[in-house]
Amino acid sequence: MTYHAKPKLHHPSLARNAVGLTRRDYEGKVSTLCAGCGHDSISAAIIQACWELDVKPHRVAKLSGIGCSSKTPDYFLRNAHGFNAVHGRMPSVLTGANLANRELLYLGVSGDGDSASIGIGQFVHSIRRGVNMVYIVENNGVYGLTKGQFSATADQGSTSKRGVVNADQPIDLVGLALQLGASYVARGFSGDKQQLVPLIKGAIHHRGAAFIDVISPCVAFNNHAGSTKSYEYVRQHNEAVNRLDVIPCRSEISVEYPEGSVVEVEQHDGSVLRLRKLAAGYDPTDRAAALNLVLAHDSRGEVATGLLFVDSAAHDLHQHLNTTEVPFNRLDAAVLCPGAAALQRINEGLR
Amino acid sequence: MNSPRDFGPEPSARPVAPLAAVNDFVVKFANVNGSGSASANELFAKSILRMGVPVSPRNIFPSNIQGLPTWYEVRVSEQGWLGRRGGVDLLVQMNPQTWEQDLAEIEPGGYLFYDSSRPIPLSSFRDDIGIIGMPITEICNRTYSDSRQRQLFKNIIYVGALAAMLGIEPAVIEKLFGEQYRGKEKLLDANVKALHLGYDWAKNQGAPCGLRVQRADRVGDRIFLEGNAAAALGCVYGGATVCAWYPITPSSSVAEAFQKYCQKYRVDPDSKKNRYAIVQAEDEIASIGMVVGAGWNGARAFTATSGPGVSLMTEFIGLAYFAEIPVTIIDVQRGGPSTGMPTRTQQADVLACAYASHGDTKHVLLFPEDPAECFEFAATALDLADRLQTPVFLMTDLDIGMNQRLCAPLAWDDSRRYDRGKVMTALELEAGTDFRRYHDVDGDGIPYRTYPGTHPKRGGFFTRGTTRDSGANYSEKGPDYIYNVQRLLKKFDTARGLVPQPLLRESAEKTRTGVLYYGSTSPAMVEAIEELEASGTLLDAMRLRAFPFPESVRQFVLSHDQVFVVEQNRDAQLRSLLVNELSLDPARLIPILHYDGTPITARFIVDAIGEQRRGPNVVPLKEHAA
Repeated sequence: MTYHAKPKLHHPSLARNAVGLTRRDYEGKVSTLCAGCGHDSISAAIIQACWELDVKPHRVAKLSGIGCSSKTPDYFLRNAHGFNAVHGRMPSVLTGANLANRELLYLGVSGDGDSASIGIGQFVHSIRRGVNMVYIVENNGVYGLTKGQFSATADQGSTSKRGVVNADQPIDLVGLALQLGASYVARGFSGDKQQLVPLIKGAIHHRGAAFIDVISPCVAFNNHAGSTKSYEYVRQHNEAVNRLDVIPCRSEISVEYPEGSVVEVEQHDGSVLRLRKLAAGYDPTDRAAALNLVLAHDSRGEVATGLLFVDSAAHDLHQHLNTTEVPFNRLDAAVLCPGAAALQRINEGLR
Repeated sequence: MNSPRDFGPEPSARPVAPLAAVNDFVVKFANVNGSGSASANELFAKSILRMGVPVSPRNIFPSNIQGLPTWYEVRVSEQGWLGRRGGVDLLVQMNPQTWEQDLAEIEPGGYLFYDSSRPIPLSSFRDDIGIIGMPITEICNRTYSDSRQRQLFKNIIYVGALAAMLGIEPAVIEKLFGEQYRGKEKLLDANVKALHLGYDWAKNQGAPCGLRVQRADRVGDRIFLEGNAAAALGCVYGGATVCAWYPITPSSSVAEAFQKYCQKYRVDPDSKKNRYAIVQAEDEIASIGMVVGAGWNGARAFTATSGPGVSLMTEFIGLAYFAEIPVTIIDVQRGGPSTGMPTRTQQADVLACAYASHGDTKHVLLFPEDPAECFEFAATALDLADRLQTPVFLMTDLDIGMNQRLCAPLAWDDSRRYDRGKVMTALELEAGTDFRRYHDVDGDGIPYRTYPGTHPKRGGFFTRGTTRDSGANYSEKGPDYIYNVQRLLKKFDTARGLVPQPLLRESAEKTRTGVLYYGSTSPAMVEAIEELEASGTLLDAMRLRAFPFPESVRQFVLSHDQVFVVEQNRDAQLRSLLVNELSLDPARLIPILHYDGTPITARFIVDAIGEQRRGPNVVPLKEHAA
């Protein structure tokens, strides 16, 4: 980490987005993570995505659990409220927060220990409830803060820095999310910002449970030979099944693409997900196909990245619960309290 | 067909005079669960209530769906005693499985009413009780061809027979049927017919019973409901919009009642959309997590649970305490530890809740005595949680929560506004008001908060369970930590004056003996005090309604030589809390403990205090002075 404070004044020529903010306005505190940590690249991608989409930073609620990844919400969107919950329990806090005010953008940041080990129950249930959120797991296969123990996403046969071989089967959060009904499922690599930024943008535009697994190498404890979550391994085995462009609203395709190489998916808010360089015949709206693709890559020791599945007609938890459009935290006694006269009638029915 | 006997197998051998009482007796129903007896038994209780005589029924049920023994005990008391009395005057025995143990409970001279369709060996009876056998199964089999009807109407038939035996007016029961089966004429007629089948049988047989119900006017405008429903309604009135819960006996009916009331009172009439959200979570950890998230984001939220749920929630409770987030937890206590007695009552979570979570923590607890206070305190808890930005527990129990209890009508003042506590608005932030999340501006230990999304540049902060400075920045510096935890103590001190204050009932004459009690002990205690007074034991009584304890509690203890602390747990948990928090001499505080899972009785308290009372009988101080 660096000890230099970030400058508060910025050059006036910095580009501003539609809400009048520069990229700097989307930054947070100086990261305390190790130099070269994949997580910092993901923070940078979140900053980039929010800036490009003209998100108002204070209308974002950023929530996390415990661990290196969960520290990162302090390092972006300084004007947004953040919440560092207890270990593995970010999803429930996010769910409750989302119920209280449906108008904010909910960004959950977690790690593989936080989401696949201690918090797998909450990961599972928040996904199956269809909470409207962007859920990012910064996946490095290892516990960083406690110095290098395997997490539940570590591949079988991969070795720790000390040479211990992991005998347990890994949990693949992408496969799990697909099975659980996540309506936007992607995998990225912290070393490929070009790919990651659009994946985050697409998730922000999505209504429902959007899950992104980002392989994010731990330079301190899991970047050695024998690790399957190292920069080198992932670079060699990364197979991007598509490239995503997120277009805020539908426009003509101006570039010529070879026949069958582009699929467009329109989301509920009119934004368009334009997917290029698709694997032959791959349909990103087919959940079973996505699952097959992931399993096939896993069996070859490859990492399938890109937007793997999207259901743009998905409903979210608020729709399931038929909640009112006005955020709960703005409702007052005038509409919430049935009043003394109604209570009188209730009393009469209890005699 | 067996012929019903008047008074036992050998009437002449009966050594004890039959009990005779008007509007003052206990009827116990022994049933098999899943047999449909619950609604018939409730009908019985309510019909007595409608005749103007107070009743207090109690369900004594197993953790089971079908086939195990279940009991329903109704105390009829014109004097209005609502605690469990102990003992049984009339046993309605519909379950041969528990024949022996149930018969043993009948008071000498009491009565047994049973289904005599199958012969029961004479040796199974007692000779000191009146025995009334009614061939209920036979009558049902003769009357109904459908097996379900045969089973269900058994219950109504015995209610009819009891009505004849005890003098309950059939018209009162018919009226209750009318209310229950409004618009379902077929069901109504069938039930009325079954009722009269039983009623006429008992009238013709002249089944003798010395217990009578007589019309009185002792119920007044009081209402009859379960504490769980009342607490749920309190949450509706108190403005809760988010309920996250996980099913657990005996609290599940809180969330279910909340759902029922919300469907009626919380649907936007225009859009037909809900002004509430109920999530049945995957476990208690997620339940409390959702409540924490909603509270952080400015919605009023609660969860309802019992002891095992509280155990799971403790890490989050510590977070909510330390990060200062409003949370309301309804703990319907049951017998612990571990799975304990899931369908029995205790007040055994007091310490677990008061100090829930690791590190130095203390939490606000409210102790309602009955459904009316469950309603009132649920709304109060939501206000206090916002005002104090901390977890608040509503400490009810199975006895209050799952039994219908006669209580004051629920009251609400329409001029009441929700106390949302110290929330800084966008306007205040825009005007440049100093905002530091954990800074004690007003000297009461309570800082200001902002809701997420309030202002583009000001008021944002990072909520965390780690130590922070007053500006919410991560810090492990000693002085920052000390400032913060001292402020939390100050805040807890502020709570002392905000929580429902204890109620004092002074003895007619001065006494040096006092008693402290709380929660569901109340009805038995009130009765016991009167009984003790009648026998010359004078007591000043203080009912505690909340923790932290106000100064008046310490003064009460210091002004008496001996203070009994009556509670329903083994370890005298509230007494420990008193000793610990008020630095009281433990020798002054004498525990009176009832913890077998049944609700405490006045008889128990009277006996226990009688045994424990130090020195000679109480001599009023004024006699010394004279």
